[in-house]
Amino acid sequence: MLLIHCPYCEEDRSELEFRWGGEAHIARPENIAAISDEEFTEFFFLRNNEKGLTYERWRHIHGCGRFFNAARDTVSDKFLLTYKADLPKQPIAAVEEALAAAQDKVVETWEQTEGDAR
Amino acid sequence: MAELGSHHLATRTLPLAGHHGGSSVVRLEAAPPAARLSLRARAEDVAALSASLGISLPVKPKTSVCVNGRTALWLGPDEWLVIDEDHGGLLQAATDSGVLHSATDVSHRNTAILVSGPGAAAAINGGCPQDLSLAVFPVGACSRTLFGKVEIVLLRTAEDAFRVEVWRSFSDYAFGLLAAGAQDAALSA
Ligand SMILES: [Zn+2]
Repeated sequence: MLLIHCPYCEEDRSELEFRWGGEAHIARPENIAAISDEEFTEFFFLRNNEKGLTYERWRHIHGCGRFFNAARDTVSDKFLLTYKADLPKQPIAAVEEALAAAQDKVVETWEQTEGDAR
Repeated sequence: MAELGSHHLATRTLPLAGHHGGSSVVRLEAAPPAARLSLRARAEDVAALSASLGISLPVKPKTSVCVNGRTALWLGPDEWLVIDEDHGGLLQAATDSGVLHSATDVSHRNTAILVSGPGAAAAINGGCPQDLSLAVFPVGACSRTLFGKVEIVLLRTAEDAFRVEVWRSFSDYAFGLLAAGAQDAALSA
């Protein structure tokens, strides 16, 4: 089971309690009526869909109900860092520190603990 | 409860009327009716609401406070479930606080199942992913979470006793899954 750290509940909880909420840190245009169709398309429809480090919104929908932000690696599915929704995009350095700290810990995977590795 | 007087009214049937179950290590009971309030407020208004409700709304995640049959459960940073098993009057008390808040009476939306016995945690873990060890989920701990495919609010009332708050239309399902969990808990006990 994948555990996700909720910055509001201040603990790791099962992925079952969470919902993905799309790319994070997308600023709504100040005056949306003034922008061109191309700019609207960029803002409203187009997403980066990064391979690797990505910033996403997540919601602890079956827990505290709050939206928060997460830096996640889309290749390994590893959550590098989660932080409260009102905080600015956390710099890559902080994410890399979190990643390094996580790598120092023994990472439990389903294959190691419960799966049949043969 | 309203006074019926001489009026002839339909008999009220509780969502889990007649349900009973469990196993050699788990007892399952439908909780008696209770008054319930879904309460939301900003941090600066918590003190006034606490004073008016006569119970200190908890601000620490996963904690609850219980005073004289009235329990306030932390659900989120600005959200509480308040349960009164004796008197009710919750909505009026919230209104009397005079501060900005959102309060919804959910007394009849929820019902509760009381799960007790040495296998209580194991029975709940049959459908709930939370760590229910006493170190992580001590007496008084509470959380909104999942039980199988339904959302519940879980409160630990004693070392081997829990209150499972569930929406009334999901209560049949929750009771059934708890009964299955109780059987499994007896097998592994
Ligand atoms: Zn949370």
